[in-house]
Amino acid sequence: MIPSQFDYAAPTTVEEALGLLAGAESAGDDVKLLAGGQSLIPVMKLRMADPSLVVDLGRIPGLSGITDDGASLTIGAMTPHHVVATDPLVAAHVPLLAQAAATVADPQVRHRGTFGGALVHADPAGDMPAPALAVEAVFNLAGPNGNRSVAAADFFQGYFTTAVEEGEILTSITVPKYTGWGSHYGKFTRVAQQWSIVAVAAMVRVEGGVIAEARVGLTNMASTPLRATSTEAALAGCALDATAIAAACAHAAEGTEPASDLNGDADYRRHLVTVVAKRAVMAAAGL
Amino acid sequence: MTATAEGKRAEVGSARLRKEDAHLITGRSRFTDNMVLPGMMHLAMVRSPFAHAKITAIDTSAALASPGVFAVLTGADVAGEQGSLPNAWPVTPDQKAPDHPAIAVEEVAFAGEIVAVVIARSAAAARDAVELVDVDYSELPVVMDLEEAATDKILAHTSLASNKSATWVFDSGDAGTGTAIAEALANSDVVVERTLYQQRLIPAFMEPRSTVVDPTGEQITMWSATQIPHILRLMLALTLGIPESKVRVIAPDVGGGFGGKLQVTPEEIITVVAARRMGKPCKFTETRSESLQVAHHGRAQVQRLKIGATKDGIVTGLHVDLLADMGAYLGLITSGIPVLGAFMYNSIYKFPAYHFECHNIFTNKAWTDAYRGAGRPEATFAIERMMDELAVELGMDPLELREKNWIKHTEFPFTTVAGLEYDTGNYEAATEKALSLFGYEELRAEQKLRRDSNDPVQLGIGISTFTEMCGLAPSRVLGALSYAAGGWEHAQVRVLPTGNVEVVTGSSAHGQGHETAWSQLVADRLGVPFENVEVLHGDTQVAQRGLDTYGSRSLAVGGMAVLAAADKVIEKARAVAAHIMEASEDDLEFANGSFSVKGTETSTSFGEIAFAVFSAHNLPDGMEPNLDSEATYDPVNFSYPHGTHLAAIEVDTETGAVTIRKYVCVDDIGVVVNPMIVEGQVHGGLAQGIAQALFEEAVYDDAGTLVSGSFVDYLVPSAADLPHYITGRTETPSTTNQLGAKGVGEAGTIASTPAIVNGVIDAVRHLGVKDIKMPCTPARVWHALQEAKTTGGAA
Amino acid sequence: MASSTSITVEVDGVSYTDDVEPRLLLVQYLRERLGKTGTVIGCDTTNCGACTVHLDGASVKSCTMFAVQADGHQVTTIEGMAQDGKLAPLQEAFHQCHALQCGFCTPGMIMQSASLLKENPHPTETEIREGLEGNLCRCTGYQNIVAAVKSVADGVEYGDSGLSVSESLTDGETAGVK
Repeated sequence: MIPSQFDYAAPTTVEEALGLLAGAESAGDDVKLLAGGQSLIPVMKLRMADPSLVVDLGRIPGLSGITDDGASLTIGAMTPHHVVATDPLVAAHVPLLAQAAATVADPQVRHRGTFGGALVHADPAGDMPAPALAVEAVFNLAGPNGNRSVAAADFFQGYFTTAVEEGEILTSITVPKYTGWGSHYGKFTRVAQQWSIVAVAAMVRVEGGVIAEARVGLTNMASTPLRATSTEAALAGCALDATAIAAACAHAAEGTEPASDLNGDADYRRHLVTVVAKRAVMAAAGL
Repeated sequence: MTATAEGKRAEVGSARLRKEDAHLITGRSRFTDNMVLPGMMHLAMVRSPFAHAKITAIDTSAALASPGVFAVLTGADVAGEQGSLPNAWPVTPDQKAPDHPAIAVEEVAFAGEIVAVVIARSAAAARDAVELVDVDYSELPVVMDLEEAATDKILAHTSLASNKSATWVFDSGDAGTGTAIAEALANSDVVVERTLYQQRLIPAFMEPRSTVVDPTGEQITMWSATQIPHILRLMLALTLGIPESKVRVIAPDVGGGFGGKLQVTPEEIITVVAARRMGKPCKFTETRSESLQVAHHGRAQVQRLKIGATKDGIVTGLHVDLLADMGAYLGLITSGIPVLGAFMYNSIYKFPAYHFECHNIFTNKAWTDAYRGAGRPEATFAIERMMDELAVELGMDPLELREKNWIKHTEFPFTTVAGLEYDTGNYEAATEKALSLFGYEELRAEQKLRRDSNDPVQLGIGISTFTEMCGLAPSRVLGALSYAAGGWEHAQVRVLPTGNVEVVTGSSAHGQGHETAWSQLVADRLGVPFENVEVLHGDTQVAQRGLDTYGSRSLAVGGMAVLAAADKVIEKARAVAAHIMEASEDDLEFANGSFSVKGTETSTSFGEIAFAVFSAHNLPDGMEPNLDSEATYDPVNFSYPHGTHLAAIEVDTETGAVTIRKYVCVDDIGVVVNPMIVEGQVHGGLAQGIAQALFEEAVYDDAGTLVSGSFVDYLVPSAADLPHYITGRTETPSTTNQLGAKGVGEAGTIASTPAIVNGVIDAVRHLGVKDIKMPCTPARVWHALQEAKTTGGAA
Repeated sequence: MASSTSITVEVDGVSYTDDVEPRLLLVQYLRERLGKTGTVIGCDTTNCGACTVHLDGASVKSCTMFAVQADGHQVTTIEGMAQDGKLAPLQEAFHQCHALQCGFCTPGMIMQSASLLKENPHPTETEIREGLEGNLCRCTGYQNIVAAVKSVADGVEYGDSGLSVSESLTDGETAGVK
């Protein structure tokens, strides 16, 4: 319940924060960036993480908030889940993100926990990565050598590992606006506040009475979030009926490597994802 | 509405709001961890990461050098003073148990066992230094699985030759309460045999345990998050060799217990030892992770069951063979928990033959002990699951089978095959009421529709009846079961000069609302306003005698002691009143708080008598000037609450998810003092029983590490995970106490677990599923369905 | 050795300035430095919600925040809920509906319920249950907690039960809401 001692810095600009990271790196310090802290602080309390320096991003103006860029929205990395879940711009243009954000943990955690923090943390059972993958978000990073952007497809690299290099900071996420798409985040848990056992982020564009295009992101089916590409391909041109959609979603476990834990073994997850995907796609298609 | 001084409204039966609430809703709580004393030091425990190991060396030098650290004590350091933690229930004369030092000296037998304690200026400094204590272990083989432990291939303790602690047997043929079981089963038309599993549970009271010990002066004062201040005081004295009169134990606000704080803990012993060593107050508060790891666990049994019946559905006999997981040690009543269940397997039924045996087995896990219901939920689960299985075997409606076998209300008092005398009960009435609240026939019709249409969401109806023995208990019965203590309870009633009344109770509430309920009892009895009664408890210096709160005993035993003490006050007041009014005691009537002379207008109020006694100017010759009394009540029998619970369960056959669509329970707990409090007890009990059926399980890995070591993995359900409960009551007064009351604390927990599991199985039985281990997780339900498919659904 | 940081936090309407270690959790600051022990600690993994307080009006788990993060912010604890000696409606409702037994989870339940009603003044029963998903209670089975919150949302007037904020007086009321 009591973390190890650490040094604390609360920079007020991104540049200052980058300087602190660079300094810590050259000094060989173990540094952690503190966003909402809803994942970091618990592991520090259990002393599963013992950083020597914590850099709090909470005092940097401009890292939080949602702006309308015309064809896309830019969501500040420090924007709390609660804001993503309730923001009218997100609801209007990428409702999948709003709906997924509303399922993260519990209301108190959603008040503190941040969109960017959850994405960089990249917990395989976390609820934001798979939707970010499905909406093809772009991750905007600041680093010692300037800014760069990473596509969602390249961002999640492994178990709790992303494209964010040491010394870099995720500052915002750019998300295309979607019109003509339906979406649904289907989350399966045993108790309400739990991490996802399996979840599916589904988006479909219906045209001429069939599914013209679909995106299906999977939560907790591997060490990273995945796109269910076989299912997406099978859904293209799929009729709007339960049997056809179920047949397409029967492929949802292809290419996945789910873990076994107290909530379910890998076999169960491979089955479950087909059911959750079918239901999410149907909901996204308005069925 | 305010109760009038005339006491016209009966308090008993009234939904009085609680006297306990004000400080708890405003944040002025007095939980132990809130305590700060001058000079107080803080403890942190060094715990073994290994489930079984020899301690080969401990180097405390780095920890001692850490800032703010005063001392580090190892088991060797305190071996001469820490004693061995008590087991108060040697179930057999030859029961085996390892020595149980608070700080392990040579060997640890479960992960989390304490090997050293750091004493420091702050909790943070103590925690930091824990990391610096260097312990060398030599690992030993671990035995985690109960059935494997029973084979003795690997021993949980090197000091014991076997993992078997004791075998306890009851046989109705031998006891003369029934016929021989082997013959009964041999002569049955049908015998159903099953092995059922009671998973390991964690009581998970919301307040982590905390202890503060102040050793200053001539006395040791302990504040502790405990259910049992009186028993704890005695055990501290016996374990540590301190005169009992020098120990005071206070249970301030205690944040739930559920049996989990019915314990004498290593942490309490260590805090006393540390405080005495340092000569300063010491505090230890556990983290939740520590609490889940080492605060005693519950249930954990393998139940091997055989039930026989005639083809008409008359049960001929029941054979129960248990393995009970003690964990690594025997705690206060670890060994007695399965024995508490032994008398309940026959439940509400008239079985002619019954055999029970349990084998108490050690494993390298946290020790088990009381958890809400303690032995009785296990028994009820077993018999209610078996009645469903038997009904299927006989092709009979499960309710009809139960009705054929239960004791009719006209047959009470009834001596059961387990040798208990049930005084009263009306199973027909409770069941009838439950059925009408539930809509049984409609739900059965819907179930058929869903089955016929092969709906992906199937409906099941779970039934559980139950009875339990509570109000522990007649002392001589406990003696016959080799329990070390009695089952009485003590109370004092003290009338203050103003006529206000202080009630001192030996029960120790931690959420049950005794202050409110006891005030209602006394207000009615003495005819004083509810507001004028103050209830004191939870401090051995205030409530000098008592046996505390567990086993749904407080009202039926403690409440009776309060009434007996109140009656003594009335009798003394009568003598005073007669003297003041110059009348004969025989001519006095006592009603609504005043004595009047029959046939006259002359009367004197309770307040006037109280002041007359205080001033002592004009008392009968030789009368002591006080209006105080005390009473100790020892019940003549248990009380036997009962009830019928019905659950409508939806099973999503695609995901295995289980949803409780409707839950109805009708409990008969006799006369009710405060229906609001009673309903709250039922709700909370249901939540815990449902949690066993669907959510909670303490899981270890093969190496002996608790995998479900936090609330991330030990799934205590939230409001979002539980249904709205429909509750009802029937009222068949108990005749074993004057109040007519029975216990209610455990009722909901006992009946809900089998009701839910029976409902889950009923939903998918037609698909070939006969059993699912608890908790019935979606993965387990789905796998059971797949297995049934591959075996062709052969039920 | 980590240095201390000076923080200024307004807690229950009073401004405090203190030097704190960066690792000090907000809940520890409240309990150990300010003596606000009404906020309690029930777990170490951000699950139980017993430590819930309001930070600038929104519920947070004070065990999952460093005190330094609260610098310059407003915190409201259960001890700041009653105003002018009068219980907050939720406090009164918890009492009236028997929504507490041992009372350990109660401060967190009340604080989360207040936040929930601020964001959704007229929740359904399901919305209340989901809104309390981050708060564990082991005594009540939740039914009366849900009823208490619903009653406040429905505008049930309890009147003054006689419960005092400053002193534990007995009261003369019987349960209002079932």
